[in-house]
Amino acid sequence: MTTTTPSASLRKTPLYDEHVALGGRIVPFAGWEMPVQYKGVTDEHKAVRTAAGIFDVSHMGELILTGDHAAEVVNYLITNDARRLIDGQALYTVACNDAGTILDDLIVYRISQTKWLIVCNASNRDKMSAHFRAAAENHCEFEDASDRTALIALQGPKALAILANAGGDGAALAELPSFHFRDAKLANVPCTVARTGYTGEDGVEIFCPVDGAAQLWRALVQLGQPHGLEAAGLGARDTLRLEARLSLYGNEIDETTNPLEAGLAWVVKLDKDQFVGKTALERIKAAGLTRRLVGFEMTGRGIARHGYPLIDKTGVRVGICTSGSPGPTVGKNIGLGYLPANMASIGTEFTVDCRGRAIDAVVVKTPFYKRS
Amino acid sequence: MANHDVRSDRKYTKDHEWAREENGNIRIGITAYAVDQLGDITLVNLDVKKGERLTAGKAFGTIESVKTLSDLFAPVSGVVKHVNENLEKNPEKVNEDCYEQGWMIEIEPSDPSELGGLLDSAAYTSLLNTAGH
Repeated sequence: MTTTTPSASLRKTPLYDEHVALGGRIVPFAGWEMPVQYKGVTDEHKAVRTAAGIFDVSHMGELILTGDHAAEVVNYLITNDARRLIDGQALYTVACNDAGTILDDLIVYRISQTKWLIVCNASNRDKMSAHFRAAAENHCEFEDASDRTALIALQGPKALAILANAGGDGAALAELPSFHFRDAKLANVPCTVARTGYTGEDGVEIFCPVDGAAQLWRALVQLGQPHGLEAAGLGARDTLRLEARLSLYGNEIDETTNPLEAGLAWVVKLDKDQFVGKTALERIKAAGLTRRLVGFEMTGRGIARHGYPLIDKTGVRVGICTSGSPGPTVGKNIGLGYLPANMASIGTEFTVDCRGRAIDAVVVKTPFYKRS
Repeated sequence: MANHDVRSDRKYTKDHEWAREENGNIRIGITAYAVDQLGDITLVNLDVKKGERLTAGKAFGTIESVKTLSDLFAPVSGVVKHVNENLEKNPEKVNEDCYEQGWMIEIEPSDPSELGGLLDSAAYTSLLNTAGH
C-alpha cells in the first residue's frame, strides 16, 4: 500500500471546498488537486448509469478564438470539419501534428461564425494554448479563458429532470439536441449548457464563471438528491468512459498514435482543405494500418491495466493495453489496447501479461456498454 | 481524515497489513485503512501454496480494486500453513470484514520473536495520524 499526498504546488478548482465537504478523496491529476472518489468508484459509476452523477471538470482548458478568420484557423488545426457546424453546435475532433499523430482530443463549439470555443484536456492545456495562440497570430484574437471558466458535468438518465428544476431555463434544456449548446441561467448563475459528456449517458456539461461555480454545484447537488444523484470523481469518470469506449488522452491516444489506428477515422475528414497532419494521414491511410485499437474482455481471472503487454498465442509480445479495469455495469474485466491489424477482429484470442501472469482475453465488439 | 478501525489484538506493518497469532501461526491481512484506500476490491491473488517458504518483506500476492493494484508483503518469515482460498471467489470479504473473514494467509514463523518487532496498535494509529494519512 502506498499513498500519495497532494503537494502545495498543485492547483485547486473553484469547487475544491465542495469536494472536501462531500468527503472526496483528493489526488493529484494533471497538475490539479482533484477528487478521485467520494463514496466509492462503483457506487458513483452505478449512480451515473441509473440516476445521475455530478463531476467537477473545471481543470479542463477553454480556448476562445474570435474574428473574421477564426473559423479558418480552427478548421486548419483540427482533423474534423467545423464548416458543417451551425451556431450553437459542437463537434468532437482531434488536433494532430505534422506527423499525423495526436496532440489532443477536443470539443469545438461554434458560438458564431466569428467566435469559437475549444475545450482541451487539462494535461494538454499549455501545449494546446500555445498551439492555438501561434496559429491565431495575425489572423484572429485568441484568449485562454481556462482560469476564469469552471466546468461541471451532470450526467445520467435523470440529468435533464434535475436541470428542469434548476430555475429559469432549466426545463427548456430538455429540447437541446445532442452536441448542441445554449446560454442559460441556472440557480441564478449565467452559464452555457452543452448536451455533451464523457460517460456514455445522456447529460450536459455546464460552463460558468469561476465565481458562480460553487453556487451552481450546491444547487445541482441539492436538486439531484431526490433523484439519486451522487458526486462522482475521476475514478468513476474513467470506468464510465472506458465502458463507453471513449478514448483518454495519455492512454489510447497521444503523440505516438494516429487517429486512424485509434478508431477515430470518423473525425478525420481527408476531403477537407489543407489542415495540420493531412498529408501524413493520407500517407498513413494509403500504406494501411499496422495496428488497431481494440476492445477486449478478460476471459481468465485477472485485470488488465495501462501498460501491460498483450501476447499472441505463440508467446510473442504483439501489443499493449492502454486502459483496463473492472467494468461495473458490464460486470466483466474489460480493456482497450493496440493489437496488430491482423489480430484486431472480434473473437481473436490472446493473453495479457498481468505482471508475469498470462491471463486469457478475447477481442470483443465495442462499446462495451451502450445506453438503451 | 476519518478514523479507521485499529484493533489492539494484533500487530501492524507500515504497509498497512495486520498480523495476529493464531494457534502458533501468524495470520495476515490488510487493515481497514488499506481497504478504505483501495476502495471496492475486485481481485485477490494469493501466489503462494501451503508449505512454501516466505521471507519477511517478500511479496506473496496482489490485491486489486477498480482503480489500483497493490502488492501484499509477508510481514514475517516462515512456512505458509493456510491460504484463504475463499477470497478467490469472494474478494469482497476483504471490504466487508478485513480483520476476520478477509484474512489472507497463515505463516508458521521461523522466528516467533519477529512478530514482536512489528508495530503495536498505538504505534500504527500514530502512523495513520502522521502527515499524509
